Amino acid sequence: MTAISDRRQLAYIAAQAADARVNVEIEAEGMTLNIGPQHPATHGTLRIVARLDGELVTDAEPMMGYMHRGYEKLTEVRTYPQVTTLINRIDWLGSFANEVPFILAAEQLMEIEAPARAQHIRTILFEMARIANVTLFLGDMGVQLGAVTPIFYAFRDREHILNQIESATGGRFHPNFDRIGGVKDDLPAGWIAETKTSLGKIRSFCDEMEDLLVGNAIFEARTRGIGVIPADIALSYGLTGANVRASGVDWDLRRDNPCGLSYDKVDWKVWTHPDGDSFARYWVRLQEVRESCSIVEQLLDTLPSGPIMAKVPRIIKVPEGEAYAETENPLGVMGYYVVSKGGLEPFRVKIRSASFSNMSITPWLLKGSYVPDVITILASLYFILGDIDR
Amino acid sequence: MALVPKGLIKGLGVTFKELTKTVVNGAETVQYPHEKEAPPTRARGVIALHEENCTACMLCVRECPDWCIYIEGHKELAPPRRAGGKPRSVNKLDRFDIDYGLCMYCGICVEVCPFEAIFWSPEYEYSEPRIADLLHDKTRLGQWMETVPEFEPYEAGAEVKAKKVPR
Amino acid sequence: MTLFGLDLVIPLKLLIGIAVVLLPAGTTVYLYLFKAVSFMQSRLGPMEAGPYGSMQLLAEVGKSLQKEDIFPAKADRTVFAMAPYVVLMSTFLLAALVPFGPDAYFVDLDTGIFFALAVSSVSVVGILMAGWSSASKYSLLGGLRAAGQLVAYELPLVLAVVGVVIQAGTLNLQGIIAAQTGGEIFGWGAIGNPFILTQFVGFLIFMIAVQAELTQVPFDMPIAESELVSGYMTEYSGMRFLMFFIGEFATAAIFGFLGSVLFLGGWQIPPFVTDLLGIEADSNWFNVIGPLVMVVKMLVLTFVIYWVRFTYPRFREDQLQTFAWKFLIPLSLVNIAFTGLLKVVF
Repeated sequence: MTAISDRRQLAYIAAQAADARVNVEIEAEGMTLNIGPQHPATHGTLRIVARLDGELVTDAEPMMGYMHRGYEKLTEVRTYPQVTTLINRIDWLGSFANEVPFILAAEQLMEIEAPARAQHIRTILFEMARIANVTLFLGDMGVQLGAVTPIFYAFRDREHILNQIESATGGRFHPNFDRIGGVKDDLPAGWIAETKTSLGKIRSFCDEMEDLLVGNAIFEARTRGIGVIPADIALSYGLTGANVRASGVDWDLRRDNPCGLSYDKVDWKVWTHPDGDSFARYWVRLQEVRESCSIVEQLLDTLPSGPIMAKVPRIIKVPEGEAYAETENPLGVMGYYVVSKGGLEPFRVKIRSASFSNMSITPWLLKGSYVPDVITILASLYFILGDIDR
Repeated sequence: MALVPKGLIKGLGVTFKELTKTVVNGAETVQYPHEKEAPPTRARGVIALHEENCTACMLCVRECPDWCIYIEGHKELAPPRRAGGKPRSVNKLDRFDIDYGLCMYCGICVEVCPFEAIFWSPEYEYSEPRIADLLHDKTRLGQWMETVPEFEPYEAGAEVKAKKVPR
Repeated sequence: MTLFGLDLVIPLKLLIGIAVVLLPAGTTVYLYLFKAVSFMQSRLGPMEAGPYGSMQLLAEVGKSLQKEDIFPAKADRTVFAMAPYVVLMSTFLLAALVPFGPDAYFVDLDTGIFFALAVSSVSVVGILMAGWSSASKYSLLGGLRAAGQLVAYELPLVLAVVGVVIQAGTLNLQGIIAAQTGGEIFGWGAIGNPFILTQFVGFLIFMIAVQAELTQVPFDMPIAESELVSGYMTEYSGMRFLMFFIGEFATAAIFGFLGSVLFLGGWQIPPFVTDLLGIEADSNWFNVIGPLVMVVKMLVLTFVIYWVRFTYPRFREDQLQTFAWKFLIPLSLVNIAFTGLLKVVF
């Protein structure tokens, strides 16, 4: 027999058994709680192993990869149009937004620029993807906190945006509309007027969320001061998007580096909030949806006439080289580093996804918070599993 | 919390207003299958085949990311265009199957077809109890052509012209 | 009464007793959980089972009956099996007290409301049993949260009722109803003295405490669906889960009945209406319309409970406790002092 005490033996056996099941362990310090991978709060198959002391989290470790689909390997054996179709599915809520940086990188390699009308349409659909994605967040944060009604309003009003995306591209969730050199097709007649009606519905949805959640004293008590991320820590962990703007950092790629998109032709504002807590992240995203509505309306009013495709050969062979393009996607900054060896297929595509970097702050952030606050913080950081795991 | 929590009362008002709106106007949801919404014209529901135009060039087969199209054809001799000319060889389609169990509905096949032989149709109610029945053969794909809508006219300012669907 | 030589009184009473618990529970479940919440969310709710989905609850009962009775491997089997029954027992004990008319009641205790409040706390034991015996961390967290919350909110519940008791001068439920009907507000007796008007603060505290006793949002930390899946009920399946479910809604309905007895005048209608109809306040008519009046009042109160449930997010456990100990209890004590003062002065 070994000299290990019974207690240590029990702890060892329990640790072995705790791999994927939730069970009670007899341990010396605190309890280990396995949040996920099957859990209503973790937007998919994310697993967070948290060590608890009562209800206080002393240590948290996210374990990603349950949804890894091998995108970067897939892109090595697919042609450029096929890759465009596949990458729709990385961030499946704001699906058009995934195509744009990849197409921009490929256009950089081919040294062509899309015509003005195509850039406008690209930007319009990009912003509509943002609206579709973030409206779901606005409702979803309510559900994570216990209010079951806002998410139904979110789904109801998001339908109008998805219907408009479907009218233009043919697919509600996976438009597959961006092409190297422009967009696939032009807008059908009547689209502009219908889209403006849908935007009106989104605006009234934002007002409803303001009444239902932002003005709610219970919501404020649950989110103010929870999960505060100081600006320098946010930047050092590589946080991007609304998370970093809610900590007071005035950084938005749409304004600072709009390569290939028409943001410089529109009058709009970047929203920041000084607090850096969960309430700030919710508030910033709410204002961003409103801002996106006004951006889309301005773009619709100033849509130039012209071709929607530049002159590109039928079979697209991208010349040799490397290019990196990043855009301000709904979840944060998404970038594609495309390496081409002159063939029909890319040689290597590295996908910089926003949620993967946003998750890196969770061990630091969750330490010292209560279990309900873990849910609030994860909900406010807003990640999509497809974006983390690719 | 303040003594009179105005935000809380307003929140109650929002849900109550929605309740009365649903009682008076009906729900926003569509009661499928009793009532059905019509999908937009461009909706990617099912792919239809116009057999006369297909020359079995295999472009759609090659470009499909999932390789869900199966084509077999053979060459035949057709009568010459003018009297006294050479008989020309044409491709005749033996088999054109699309496996909708694999199809991603991406639309690359419809886009690359150079002869305007396949089209999108917004029909979506073709689910089957057996996965094997999801393989639609040439005849079935030809039947879907009846449901293909005409291409819509474009918005003002477009340079492209709407094409016509061959019937 | 006898039929074929068998004594019918006891089985009949049993049947009525079960009906008194299950029928209001079923009605509130259908009206509020299936329909009102759906309408608030712009959808129609269950529509296929029966006309307008009225048979949905029966369908769910049938579904649960044929489910496998799962026991977690490490669970304490006896305690695990007993827990739903303990919770249901407190519901049935509560139901025995509710008066539906001058002669339509099961028991008429002199310590009516005191017994009711005492018995409603028995469910805490059941919930703790469920949470502990499930041998699951999530259930344990849920059970412990429930214990803390339910004990904390017992006090505002009791103290709010004390104000009513002071005004009525009796603990007996029929006596409280009589005090409301026979009383006057500053000399005006047309509508009697419904304590919702004269004990407004007490009514608010009572409703908040009831919301917490039923572990409904915003006080549903023990269940906290997005965190703990179902809290102490997570490991239950089939009929046992249904018993928790029915128990929760039946208790909500019974608290609705108790609230209408305490604050809305119970099975009585305002005196000017009885004068209009020309019937005596104690007549036999009230044994017929009394239950209907009670059901209507109960539906109004439970609507408020579910309206709040489906609108607000939930409190965190410590915020919940702070709200109870540092706000509700002092407020209810002030309410009692004020009521006592006014009672002596007037």
